[in-house]
Amino acid sequence: MRVALFIPCYVDLVSPEVGVSVVRVLRSQGVEVFYPEGQTCCGQPAFNSGFFEEARGAARHFLDVFGGERFDYVVCPSGSCTTMVSHYYPFLFRELPEELERAEGIGGRVREFSDFLANVLGTEEFGARFEGRAVFHCGCHQRRELGVLEEPQRILRNVEGLELVGWENEELCCGFGGTFSVKMPEVSVAMADEKIRALEKSGADTLVSCDPSCLLHLKGRLDRTGHGTRVLHLAQVLDPRRGRVG
Amino acid sequence: MEKTGTEERARREGLASGVEGFNGRARRALADPELHDSIALFTRKTLKGRAARLAELPDAPELRERAYHIKQETMANLDRYLGQMADAVEARGGNVFFAETGEDVVRYVGELAREKGAKVITKSKSMATEEIELNRRLEEEYGELGLEVVETDLGEWIAQLAGDAPSHIVAPIMHMNRHQIARVLSGVAGEPLPPDVKALAGFARRRLREKFLAADIGISGANFGVAQTGTVCLVTNEGNGRLVTSVPPVHVVVMGIEKLVPRFEDLEVFVQLLARNGTGQKLTVYTSFITGPRGADELDGPEEFHLILMDNGRSKLLGTEFEEALYCIRCGSCLNVCPVYRQTGGHAYGSTYSGPIGAVITPLLKGDREAKDLPHASSLCGACWETCPVGIPLHDLLLKLRNRQVDEGLAGKAQEIAFKGFEEAVERPALYRAGARLGRVAQRPLVRDGSVRRLPPPLSGWTDFRDLPPLAERSFRELWREGID
Ligand code: SF4
Repeated sequence: MRVALFIPCYVDLVSPEVGVSVVRVLRSQGVEVFYPEGQTCCGQPAFNSGFFEEARGAARHFLDVFGGERFDYVVCPSGSCTTMVSHYYPFLFRELPEELERAEGIGGRVREFSDFLANVLGTEEFGARFEGRAVFHCGCHQRRELGVLEEPQRILRNVEGLELVGWENEELCCGFGGTFSVKMPEVSVAMADEKIRALEKSGADTLVSCDPSCLLHLKGRLDRTGHGTRVLHLAQVLDPRRGRVG
Repeated sequence: MEKTGTEERARREGLASGVEGFNGRARRALADPELHDSIALFTRKTLKGRAARLAELPDAPELRERAYHIKQETMANLDRYLGQMADAVEARGGNVFFAETGEDVVRYVGELAREKGAKVITKSKSMATEEIELNRRLEEEYGELGLEVVETDLGEWIAQLAGDAPSHIVAPIMHMNRHQIARVLSGVAGEPLPPDVKALAGFARRRLREKFLAADIGISGANFGVAQTGTVCLVTNEGNGRLVTSVPPVHVVVMGIEKLVPRFEDLEVFVQLLARNGTGQKLTVYTSFITGPRGADELDGPEEFHLILMDNGRSKLLGTEFEEALYCIRCGSCLNVCPVYRQTGGHAYGSTYSGPIGAVITPLLKGDREAKDLPHASSLCGACWETCPVGIPLHDLLLKLRNRQVDEGLAGKAQEIAFKGFEEAVERPALYRAGARLGRVAQRPLVRDGSVRRLPPPLSGWTDFRDLPPLAERSFRELWREGID
C-alpha cells in the first residue's frame, strides 16, 4: 500500500511535530509513507472567505500533486483539511465536469488520520502509554461531514494510563472557523472560553484533537489566560517515540 | 425603555444604517451576563426536549427527507400551487391578495382598516409581519385612522411594550428574564408587579382580554398553507391565536409564499417536525386549521377572511442555488444550536431573522450590501445544517453568499489582493517556501517567550485575545528531508 502524506500548510510551517508523529505512527504499522514535496495548502482559507476562484487554483494544484493512481491513500492529520478535499472540492468544481471527475476520484482516497488507522488499517490499539486525564475535542468537519467521531475516542481509550473523560456541550465549535477567528474575534474568543470553562469542569489536564487548527485556537487562548492544560494532536499521543524526542 | 422613534428605527434597521455591524452589536451582547444566562437556560431546555421528542420517532431522519422533498416539489411548482391555494380560498368565500412587496401588504391592510372604520387590531405572532414592520408602518402611514395594533402573543406583546424587536424566531423575548419582564409590565400597570411568572401572566391576560373583545380586525401569520384545500394552519401554545382569528369580524392572514405545502397530508410531516424541533413538544398546545370565513351553519369565526400571499423578494430565489433557503419552516432550532447565536443572542444580527437562517435569508431578501456582515457571523461548524428539520444546508448557503459578495466586489480590495497572493503562493511551491522563510525572519521581533503576542491589523484580531505560535524553526518538509526516525 502506497500512502501519501498530506501535511496541511500550518502543520508544515507551525506545528511540524504533528507531522513527524504521524509518520512515526504510520511506519510503526508497516505503512510505506511518501511525502510529495510539491504540496502546499488545500485552499481552505480562500474558500471559507468566499474566494472560490482562488480556492480552485489551490485545489487544482492539490489534484496535480496527489491525483492520478500514484497513491492508494492520502492521509491527513486534520479533519478539516480532509473535508476540504473530500467534500468541498466537488462542491467547488460542481460546474466543471473535468475537474469534478478528478476531485471525486481523489475524494474517497483522502482520509483523516484516525479514520485511516481505524477504518483502513483496522487498528485501534497502538501500545501507547500516556499518563493523564484527557478530553477529546472533535473538529466540526470531522464530526459532521466526515462522521469520524467514535474512532479517535476508541483509539484513546486503548492508550494505557490515559483516562478519557466526557465534557459539557462537547459538540460545540471551538470558535476557530478559519478567518472567522480574526474577523469576529470577540465572538470567536467567547466560544473558546465556553470550551475552556467546560474543560475546567471536566477536571482534565490534557486536550486531544485530530484537528491542529482547533488546537491552535484553544491553545492560543489557554496560553493567553495562563492555563497549564496540555494540548496535543492524537498522533502525538500515539507517537512511539513520544517523550524521547522533542 | 424610553426610546425615541428614530432611535428605535435606527436600532431595528442597524444593518441599513451601516453605522454598526455585527461585531459592534455582538460586543454589547457579550458584555451582558444576564443575556448569556437567559440564552443558556432557554437553549438547554429546548434542545433537551428536542432530543427526547425526536428520539421517540422511529423515522426522524426519513421524516426530514420527506420534508425536504415536499418543499423541493412545492418550489418547483410554486406558481401552480399558489393558484390552487387562491382558488380554494376564494371558493370558500375568502379574499386573496398577492402582495409583491411589504408596501403592498401595508397598503392592503391600511385600506381595509379604513373601509371597516377599524380602531383596534389584534395580532398573533407572525415573523412575516415583523419582516415588513407592519405595526409601525400601519400606525405611521395610516396615522389619521388612529389605529392601535396590539400584539397578543405574550412575548411579542412584552417586546412591543419594551420597544424591542424579537430576538428569537420562536421565543421572541428569549433575551429577557422575569425581572426584566416585570419591569416592563410594571411600567404599563403603573404599579410595581412582582417578578412572578403567574402574577405577570395574570396581569397580561386581563389587559389583553380587553383588546381581544374590542378588536375590529385580527391579523395572523400562517405556519403552513395547504394549496389543495386552501387551509391555513396555525400552531401556537397560547390561546391568543384562536381569539385573534375568530373573535373580530375580519381576519387577515399574512403568509409568505414559501409557506405553502401541496396537500393536506403533508401537514402530518411538517406539524410534527415544527413542534418537536422548535419547542421540544410532540405537538403544540393548539393546532388550528382555518379555511375561509365563518360558514352559514357555523357558530364562530370571522365574517370576512383575507389571505395575503406575500412575496417580498422570495420568488427571485426560485430556481437559484439559494432556493433551499425558502424551505425553512421557522422552527428556530438552528438558532438554538448555533454557537455564535448562543454567545450573542438575536439582536446582534440587526435583522428580523437571526441565527443561521437569519444570516442566510436577510441578505437574500434585503440585498448583500444591507447585510454584508451576516454571512460572516458563522464559524461554519455545520450544527445548523445538522439540526435543521428540513435539511437546509445552511452553512453551504453561507459560503455561497460569501462567494457572491466576492463576485460583487464587496469583499474589499485588501482581501482581494491577499487572496490573489495566497493563490499565487500555493500554486508555486518555491514561492510558498520562500514566503515561509521570509515569514521566519520577519517574525523575529514579534516573538516573545516562544509566542507571538502582537500582530498588526487585521491579524491583531487574533493576537488581541490569543497567543500565536511562531513559525517553526524547521518546517515539516525540512524535517522530512533530514529524515524522520
Ligand atoms: S433553517 Fe431549518 S432549523 Fe433554522 S429555523 Fe428554518 S427550518 Fe428551523
